[in-house]
Amino acid sequence: MPLRTESPAKALVISNVTRRFRVARRVITALDHVTTQTSAGLVTGLIGPDAAGKTTLMRLIAGLLRPDEGAISVFGTDVGANPLAVQGMISYMPQHFGLYEDLSVRENLDLYADLQGVPAAERPARYAELLHMTGLHPFTSRLAGRLSGGMKQKLGLACTLIRPPRLLLLDEPTVGVDPVSRRELWQIVDHLVRGAGMSVLLSTAYLDEAARCDEVLLLHEGQLIGTGKPEDFTRAMQGRSFLAHAAGSPKRALQTALASTPGVTDSLIQGEAVRLVLEAGMAPAAIQPAGIAGLTLSPTPPRFEDRFVDLLRAKTSARGATPAPLPPAATAAPRAGAAIEVAHLTKRFGAFAAVDDISFTVQHGEIFGLLGANGAGKSTTFRMLCGLLPATSGHLRVDGFDLRATAAAARGRLGYMAQKFSLYGDLSVIQNLRFFASAYGLRGAHRTRRISWALREFELDDYANATSHDLPLGFKQRMALACALMHEPGVLFLDEPTSGVDPLARREFWRRINALADQGVTVLVTTHFMDEAEYCDHLVIMAQGRILASGTSESLKTAARTAALPAPTMEDAFISLIAASSAKPEEQAA
Amino acid sequence: MLARLLALVIKEFLAISRDAKSRVVLIGPPLIQLVVFGYAASFELNHVPFAVYDQDQSALSRDLVADFAGSPSFQQVAVLHSPERIQNLINSRTVEMVLDIDPRYTRDLLLGRPAPVQVIVDGRNSNTALLILGYASDIITSASQAWAATHGGAPPPARLVPRALYNPTLDSHWFIIPGIVALLTQVVTLLVVGLSVAREREAGTFDQTLITPLRPIDIVIGKSLPGLIIGILEGTAIILAAHLWFAVPLLGSLALLYTGLFLFIAAVTGIGLMISSLAATQQQALLGAFLFMVPSIILSGFATPIANMPPLVQDLTLLNPMRYALVVIRDCFLENPSLTTLLPPFSAMTAQAIISLATAGWLFHKRAG
Repeated sequence: MPLRTESPAKALVISNVTRRFRVARRVITALDHVTTQTSAGLVTGLIGPDAAGKTTLMRLIAGLLRPDEGAISVFGTDVGANPLAVQGMISYMPQHFGLYEDLSVRENLDLYADLQGVPAAERPARYAELLHMTGLHPFTSRLAGRLSGGMKQKLGLACTLIRPPRLLLLDEPTVGVDPVSRRELWQIVDHLVRGAGMSVLLSTAYLDEAARCDEVLLLHEGQLIGTGKPEDFTRAMQGRSFLAHAAGSPKRALQTALASTPGVTDSLIQGEAVRLVLEAGMAPAAIQPAGIAGLTLSPTPPRFEDRFVDLLRAKTSARGATPAPLPPAATAAPRAGAAIEVAHLTKRFGAFAAVDDISFTVQHGEIFGLLGANGAGKSTTFRMLCGLLPATSGHLRVDGFDLRATAAAARGRLGYMAQKFSLYGDLSVIQNLRFFASAYGLRGAHRTRRISWALREFELDDYANATSHDLPLGFKQRMALACALMHEPGVLFLDEPTSGVDPLARREFWRRINALADQGVTVLVTTHFMDEAEYCDHLVIMAQGRILASGTSESLKTAARTAALPAPTMEDAFISLIAASSAKPEEQAA
Repeated sequence: MLARLLALVIKEFLAISRDAKSRVVLIGPPLIQLVVFGYAASFELNHVPFAVYDQDQSALSRDLVADFAGSPSFQQVAVLHSPERIQNLINSRTVEMVLDIDPRYTRDLLLGRPAPVQVIVDGRNSNTALLILGYASDIITSASQAWAATHGGAPPPARLVPRALYNPTLDSHWFIIPGIVALLTQVVTLLVVGLSVAREREAGTFDQTLITPLRPIDIVIGKSLPGLIIGILEGTAIILAAHLWFAVPLLGSLALLYTGLFLFIAAVTGIGLMISSLAATQQQALLGAFLFMVPSIILSGFATPIANMPPLVQDLTLLNPMRYALVVIRDCFLENPSLTTLLPPFSAMTAQAIISLATAGWLFHKRAG
């Protein structure tokens, strides 16, 4: 008999759940005594950076893992005692949903209907509803492998929903998906809850998605650090967020000064201004950054992220010392002309144009962003610029060189940090640093000096002999940047550098990047985080291998401003660009 | 440039030594295969189960049966009194041979006429059947000669006096175990080299390395050297095991043996790198390695003589480095070859090494350089 422990208004009751994993010789606590509840008939957001424990919690709820301690019940039924009954009530869409890429959309639906035992008589109506909801109607005979990323995700959701569950578990359904598809996925989720009365638990690393949820569970490193309605989170920050301008001070200088000003919890560049979060009870007039004159602060509505940063700062205040800015690196004197020139660059794989006739120019010392969803052609462009991939046609120069055509030594001018951790995981930190120092041709005293610089600057001293793949995510990222900067490159390529890291690590990362740009290093960065575009001096938005627009984040947002949308976000700007471009992306993706 | 190459080689050895799975590949399969081939693989047949259907039932016929039963090759497991069970015993694989002695055996022998003895063998495995027939005819021939010598019968018109050069007792281990040197060296080198690039591609470290000023040629050399060093060490270990443990004589010059081994490993490294540069994942690399390995062993003369293959297939073996390596290694173990006799295999392997390494370098450049 299912145990009735809670009132039926609760979808999930999670009590004191702990789950540990043993990886090599280390024990990782994925969830640390988590206790919470979610309400039935609402969308609950499970929000946190990578390695927060989101997927572990999902799998525990689905009965795919067992907790080491504690218990979970779904609509009053204990998962541990009766996993089959719970699995009958829920549907779980994992991060990589198992679509069969060689089957058509329709065949995938049939397969999952068979697996879920949906009676044949119910199928036509259910299919019609799901296909309508996901907008996949025109594509029922297309192979799943030939759908765009966003469409695959929607098909995955449709397959999950073949048999309507009482509780729907969605593990990062929107990660890497283009903003249009992301918005559509959210509309489907909203429709389900409002229309069908389903309960949804949705995990995401995008903090801006918190506002779309009815209630939020905020996870960080296995601990639940906040729960409540999204408004509760932002209300706590009321009156503490400001936009700062200072005539005559460049935004990066202003941000650096504000970051070290007493009373400031958080500062980051947003367009042409610096967004500030003040300590509780701090008066705006009391903010006096050193060396900045004419500072004006104007209030701005608080965001979910402000609260997250505030909570994290409170947790980590003990070690809160901020790393010193990078010492001036002896970079080569900037050459005349642009740092990166790309003209009519095209890359075809068979008939498919991954990059289709793009052109842009990056000036020395600029932070330049390539913004777009997965599959937009960012990484292909990157690989061509780095000389990893030959271009089909077009012209490209990095620091005056075409890296495919010139001597290998020219590659010594650029540093590269890949999207996923791509150093030697079996080697220790110091062995990796030594290898890359030698690979970049450093030797003797210079090599020793750079290695000790990297250990000191990135605070890796304590980890020098640790095996790299055992490092926490943030340290891996620091180490990757250290290796990319070992030879003091004039151009730095960053491929999705901060995806999945927590907001503090992201701020620390961007502080280093800003310092580098100030020293004249040219930085080219790709990202699918729309708000990360704010850090860039200049950016291009890519979709379907083409450039939709280019400019500063301010100018792109201004272009999207309408009467209905007086203060558009970067995402709004992106969506209006997609809408404006003549071809609908969904139909192009083949 | 040397410092960079050294860094690559050091990195490669560190990666292998710090990764438990790589260490297992280096030690596990060679050890298992050495034991399997060293002890289990043999071309000889021992203790072939046989049944006797002695229709003569005389002292002489029992002498003949004793000759069979006393030979290490045969083991008597049944005595028949009627021909009906012969079929049955062979069908059920209880025996592989039936010795059927005719009722006239003693009479014909004493009359000085050819005495009829029938040997029935299980022909389903033609290879063993031929071997069994050979052993049986040896025993019967020597029994006849002994009879002729003691009873003054006419000796056969021509007498066969066999003498096997280089392997006087025709011990098949002397043939198989030196072959293992080539076989295992190839397996290990191919796996170490073939998987290493694919592993780096999966981990993203390959791109990270290609972005550095290292040239494709540096990376090819940096990947080949560890393969060569590991292959030579592996080969040495198996040569020592063959000579010291399995007591196979090692008569040729070590210089020639190692020249051959080096050229062979260089050629295999080139092939491993070619597979590696085409494979996107370790799984593909592993499949590719086996796709190469299995035919290369069959077409090498490791177990079945190349001379028995159809002419077209024989031509195909000319592309196979292991074919030449086997010639060099077997010659160096069992005889003392001169450089001139080994020049043809040396030059063939040199050509293969140059072509495969150059192709690998070109593929690297084309694919990712």
